[in-house]
Amino acid sequence: MSRSPKLALLAGFAALAVVAAGPLIAQPQKQAQPKPVPHAAGQPAHAKLNLGRLALPEEIKAWDIDVRPDGMGLPPGKGTVKQGDELFQTQCASCHGEFGQGNGRWPVLAGGQGSLTSDRPEKTIGSFWPDLSTVYDYIRRAMPYGNAQSLSPDEIYALTAYLLYLNDIVKDEEFELSDKNFTSVKLPNAAAFYDDDRETTEKAFWGKEPCMKDCKAEVKITGRAAVLDVTPDSKTAPKVD
Amino acid sequence: MTSPRNRESLSRRRFLGAAGMAGAGLAASATGARAGAPDPLITEVQDWNRYLGEGVDKRPYGMPSRHEKHVMRRDVSWLTASPESSVNFTPLHELDGIITPSGLCFERHHGGIADIEPANHRLMIHGLVEKPLVFTMEDIRRMPRQNRVYFLECAANSGMEWRGAQLNGCQFTHGMVHNVMYTGVPLKALLEEAGVKPTAKWLMLEGADSSGMNRSLPLEKALGDVLIAFAMNGEALRPEQGYPLRAVIPGWEGNLWVKWLRRIEVGDKPWMAREETSKYTDLLADGRSRRFTFIMDAKSVVTNPSPQAPLKHKGRNVLSGLAWSGRGTIKRVDVTLDGGKNWQSARIDGPVLDKSLTRFYVDFDWAGQELLIQSRAMDSTGYVQPTKDELRKVRGVNSIYHNNGIQTWLVRANGETENVEIA
Repeated sequence: MSRSPKLALLAGFAALAVVAAGPLIAQPQKQAQPKPVPHAAGQPAHAKLNLGRLALPEEIKAWDIDVRPDGMGLPPGKGTVKQGDELFQTQCASCHGEFGQGNGRWPVLAGGQGSLTSDRPEKTIGSFWPDLSTVYDYIRRAMPYGNAQSLSPDEIYALTAYLLYLNDIVKDEEFELSDKNFTSVKLPNAAAFYDDDRETTEKAFWGKEPCMKDCKAEVKITGRAAVLDVTPDSKTAPKVD
Repeated sequence: MTSPRNRESLSRRRFLGAAGMAGAGLAASATGARAGAPDPLITEVQDWNRYLGEGVDKRPYGMPSRHEKHVMRRDVSWLTASPESSVNFTPLHELDGIITPSGLCFERHHGGIADIEPANHRLMIHGLVEKPLVFTMEDIRRMPRQNRVYFLECAANSGMEWRGAQLNGCQFTHGMVHNVMYTGVPLKALLEEAGVKPTAKWLMLEGADSSGMNRSLPLEKALGDVLIAFAMNGEALRPEQGYPLRAVIPGWEGNLWVKWLRRIEVGDKPWMAREETSKYTDLLADGRSRRFTFIMDAKSVVTNPSPQAPLKHKGRNVLSGLAWSGRGTIKRVDVTLDGGKNWQSARIDGPVLDKSLTRFYVDFDWAGQELLIQSRAMDSTGYVQPTKDELRKVRGVNSIYHNNGIQTWLVRANGETENVEIA
């Protein structure tokens, strides 16, 4: 159907008419008039559709809660280690432990230094996380668990300061973290991250012709899941009515 | 009233629960009399054959047969602290073809399932754009839309197997993957409405759930095949899959596919959110970590037989499995029944689509001998699925994510199947 030149012309004309009849939102980018030609199969042309409305500054402010390592998004505010300690005990310790050591399977937030090459790496803010902004951003959007976005900017600065203290990154209980000094704090493991390099370091996984016949003389079983016996079995399966 | 059919499925389940009952599997698996006494299921009129069944409106939004109740997502309770931030697994061994039923697509939430009325949902695009915009669901449904089949795999799928065979069942070792047809609009179309500024390089996607899930996405990918989807498998997204709106990032790790998507900020640098620094970075043996490992490498698994789906019959059998690659299409799948001594190329059947699950089969005869089954996928870029040991050599055992190593199932003489590692 779309191959008919007459129909395609009509469709193109209708698209132009919609653009022309959309005066409610200003068009900042003057675009060349699209030619009324049929577009490639499966690829709809999406020149301006005039859908959506302008986001108001108050609306952007209400939702724009993200914080970046360079400080973009940090709200004005401040808080000390001491203030953070008090808040942490009431808001966070039930899951994360008084000293960020973690309760049960809830995340451990402190310690773990030197463990990253061991059999049991402990990936905490101090031992693993590269950027302090991540702490602020995550508390701000998701904590306390089950009551998200209930903390004030000052409270989040204080909690972040306390987490620095728990991880021995600041030693002074009077230390005050604020939007002014935030980006001067560096986390110890920051330099240990690099971008995906699989296409070079794992080049050997590409382009080989695998063996199909008589590939090995002997096969040995070296491990069995059944020995560990940690698979949920039918006795513990959820009941469905 | 227990019908003969019910008795049969009970005995099958008893067999599955009773590991080590030598020979029980084959004995219990006889489906009806083969010789001798006539089968009462044939010679007697059954209830369902005599009495009226339920009428048309009894199941206005249909559910699977009540005899399929064992087919369900299941979690591993010891994995996480709370079910609101947890994962369950797709029962791959109960499925066939390439499409995952919507109700069986594995779930992974960080703050529970957000319950959002579509009329109350908003999507905002702001940051480095000419015009910050707010879209309603009605707006999005008025945009040109596309239908695409893609797999969605959690980067942590098979993550429990880095140090060795741990869980018995491909539901648990490989069930953090599903494959559906998405309907949505290209993110490119939304970005063009807002007018992306020339300095833009990254996007931040954010969910409306109680974790405010956020991740950074390179602009180049966003302008490529990314969809903002409102439907899957022809119906509205399921709540546990992000109703009413989610991101679809083909071939890339599931964590980026932000559900309940409400905000896209355009920027010049990545945000270094919790999900891309403290999680979803791959810790290597030297203590350094790879970040932004977005692409899911080629992978495959034999779904049948597998520990939850043992072999029940000698003679003719169908081996079946799934293969997929985040880099393109599946070109070939090889299968071994003898632990890698000899391989044969599997028969691929059904659509072979870009960044989609692909179904393969090997039709074979089984005489009751022990089998060591593996599958090995090759994709359109020439990538060959590595063994677990080959992977460990490059990545160590601490990376948690992106374990696409070759899986081994041991089928014992009685048909019971277990997850093993071989050398």
